[in-house]
Amino acid sequence: MISVERLVKRFGAFKALDDVSLTVPEGKLMALLGPSGSGKTTLLRCLAGLDHADSGDIRLDGVDAAALRAKDRRVGFVFQHYALFRHMTVADNVGFGLKVRKGKDRPPAHEIAERVGRLLELVQLAGLAGRYPSQLSGGQRQRVALARALAVEPRLLLLDEPFGALDAQVRKDLRRWLRRLHDDMGLTSVFVTHDQEEALELADEVVVMNKGRIEQIGSPAEIYDHPASPFVFQFLGNANRLDCLVRQGVGAFGGWSFAARGVPDGPGVAFVRPHDVEVGPADGAAMAATLRHAIVLGPTVRLELSLPDQTPFEAELGREAFSRLDVSPGHAVGLTPRRVAAFPTQG
Amino acid sequence: MARRIATGDPTPVRWLLITVALGFLAVFLVLPLVAVLAEAFAKGVGAWWVALSGEDSRAAIRLTLIVAAIAVPLNVAFGLCASWAVAKYDFPGKSLLVSLIDLPFSVSPVISGLVWVLLFGAQGLLGPWLQAHDLKVVFAIPGIVLATVFVTFPFVARELIPLMEEQGRDEEEAAIVLGAGGLRTFWSVTLPNVKWGLLYGVLLCNARAMGEFGAVSVVSGHIRGLTNTMPLHVEILYNEYDFVGAFAVASLLALLAVVTLAAKTGLEWWHRDEIAASRRH
Amino acid sequence: MTAAARAGFRRVIPGFGPTLGLTLAYLSLVVLIPLAALLMKAAGMTPSQWLATLSDERMLAALRLSFGGALAAATINGVFGLLVAWVLVRYPFPGRKVVDAMVDLPFALPTAVAGIALTALWAPNGWIGKLLPFKVAFTPLGVMIAMIFIGLPFVVRSIEPVLEDVDQELEEAAASLGASRWQSFRMIVLPAIAPALLTGFSLAFARAVGEYGSVIFIAGNLPGVSEIAPLLIVTRLEQYDMVGATAIATIMLLVSFALLLLVNGVQKWHRERMGG
Repeated sequence: MISVERLVKRFGAFKALDDVSLTVPEGKLMALLGPSGSGKTTLLRCLAGLDHADSGDIRLDGVDAAALRAKDRRVGFVFQHYALFRHMTVADNVGFGLKVRKGKDRPPAHEIAERVGRLLELVQLAGLAGRYPSQLSGGQRQRVALARALAVEPRLLLLDEPFGALDAQVRKDLRRWLRRLHDDMGLTSVFVTHDQEEALELADEVVVMNKGRIEQIGSPAEIYDHPASPFVFQFLGNANRLDCLVRQGVGAFGGWSFAARGVPDGPGVAFVRPHDVEVGPADGAAMAATLRHAIVLGPTVRLELSLPDQTPFEAELGREAFSRLDVSPGHAVGLTPRRVAAFPTQG
Repeated sequence: MARRIATGDPTPVRWLLITVALGFLAVFLVLPLVAVLAEAFAKGVGAWWVALSGEDSRAAIRLTLIVAAIAVPLNVAFGLCASWAVAKYDFPGKSLLVSLIDLPFSVSPVISGLVWVLLFGAQGLLGPWLQAHDLKVVFAIPGIVLATVFVTFPFVARELIPLMEEQGRDEEEAAIVLGAGGLRTFWSVTLPNVKWGLLYGVLLCNARAMGEFGAVSVVSGHIRGLTNTMPLHVEILYNEYDFVGAFAVASLLALLAVVTLAAKTGLEWWHRDEIAASRRH
Repeated sequence: MTAAARAGFRRVIPGFGPTLGLTLAYLSLVVLIPLAALLMKAAGMTPSQWLATLSDERMLAALRLSFGGALAAATINGVFGLLVAWVLVRYPFPGRKVVDAMVDLPFALPTAVAGIALTALWAPNGWIGKLLPFKVAFTPLGVMIAMIFIGLPFVVRSIEPVLEDVDQELEEAAASLGASRWQSFRMIVLPAIAPALLTGFSLAFARAVGEYGSVIFIAGNLPGVSEIAPLLIVTRLEQYDMVGATAIATIMLLVSFALLLLVNGVQKWHRERMGG
């Protein structure tokens, strides 16, 4: 088990990590999700021993990591730009971690070769053992980097934006493949991403970070359905933000009122996702709105609306539902949010 | 690369500019080189050989080789240390350090020799002490080596620092996470990545070490057969109006320069893919 | 303080202490201490010694020639070096690779060799000197020729990479907006390469000021006329006039450093203005 306890890391006046604590459960795939500058990569580098925290503890299987240098931590690290050794073949790259072992820890050459062969098969690059990194595609390099990290049988696999430098299709394939690999090999992994879709699709557990702090930890469903803060809600997808008033657990915006459990009395913010709103005829709906534009995006239609107080509002619905609605720009429509999340106004 | 229409200049303009540029280079670069060879062989190959095989010339060649054999390895070791320290770590005062490494480039060679005379000469700071212990630095080989080291000090570091900085630290960090130690990381990850740059630096450093004139001239004392390097020997022969002899020794040094340039160009040509790959990030 | 806090001072890539330590030690021994010895010697001079030095006509003439000649040579190199770089980068012609390699010749050719070769060419009975109605070698003009020779590669090599990086789309944009070739060179290309040109100019200048080997053969070394400052240092040394030699060396060093600082300052200012 890997645990992080009250980690703080400053770069000059900038607090990259501000009192971060978490536990990486054995055998799970965990995502560190956040915008750039949120501290997620710094946390990953601290786990690997590539950065040293100013205070706080990291424990690897109960051992204080401060006592272990990066080279002795048995942590696999896949760098964002792979950091493959460009003057070594694919096989030499993968075997490096075994070759640099000393004395009796170092497997004999034939065993290294065997292990490298197996790993290359695992990452489906068996035919490319003699190639140099510059002769590979981005996706292939990524898999070499992964094989290299796995060769040392790490107790923890860390991946820094593992799909960041790949194009969309490759990214999708690799994602599924990585998830399978993780399960087949029984790894414990942490990866960093700024892409909420990637985190939600891939991870068992998502850690949402912002400004060096952890905003929320939970399963993808928990995070998506019960965001703990406005930041998490907005970061996980498009949202309409409405300034509202809360009184005794009930929020009000215009003539529309909704449950706002746990939110103290006073000004608050309510979020409604574009696909969580019903669009229908003007009468009988919770809110009135005027259609400004309708943009067809493949199977769905994005409606740009404006509320009576001129607040812009976005809604999304299927092509068929849109044609049944039969409205054009300038028409009045009615909006009924299916789900809403309310928070107190901060500061 | 296809010629771009909007940025391609009219043919007459191109040819005029090419002609002027090549003419300038011909007068200032090619002609001097040709002149050295023409003068060296003005009285035939026999005279050239006689001039080179004289005892003083042979002593000068020997001394030049010795000096380079000491100065170049020292500066290579320093260059590797300095570029590793500068490129792989962050520390306050780094840019000052880089400026100081470049310092000898902006110091006149004569001053580079003078400083050693002021330190170790008869009237110098350490002069009396050296005399008391019967040690000779100035007007002897140690002085020549010191002056050469000073002048060629930045070459290797200069070549390696930008290269290593460009390559970043990712590969070293990857090696260390995989369990490699510092020396291992240096030998099997960093060094192979900079080997061509290092070779460049060594070539340039060596060319300068063998050809240095001003600094060495100040500390040498011009003792024939003892403290005369090849460039100093050229001067002595020239001042004695032994032009064939002077140009004969000069032709060897010119050959060194041409070989250095050819090797540098060849390296760039053969390893351009690798160099491009190692510079890409 | 916890273990983790102490570790904050530790670096991940090992070897910081030894490599920086060796670097500083070697730098100090080989460069800094010797230069400090020069400055100490200069600091030990009395005001009357300085006064005598500073009013020495011969020394002033030598400094004028070294700095003035270097300025003229660097200016000529600025023009022709830019032209050479432009031709090498923009116009493919047969043999361009060889020409490009040749530009480094003054870096690689020992200065004494360059000196006697240039003299053989420009002396009154030399290959080029013969054709000219006026004397070049053994006059300040000869000094300048040698300074042009050794300074040229600094300018070309400073400009070349920057010129390669100038996005030709910028010029195409200028052309589509109606600019002539000359206008787009002057208003687009030149500003982009100006810092590199300044770097090359100052490097060529600094090198020419201190140059010794390639100059002394062609200069004629007539005191007050064609005697350069580095040669005067050597002359003073040969006369066992340590104070005189030190004084000239110190002045040259200080002026050179002041110029380097100035150029660095200008470039920093330029970089900041360009926002990175």
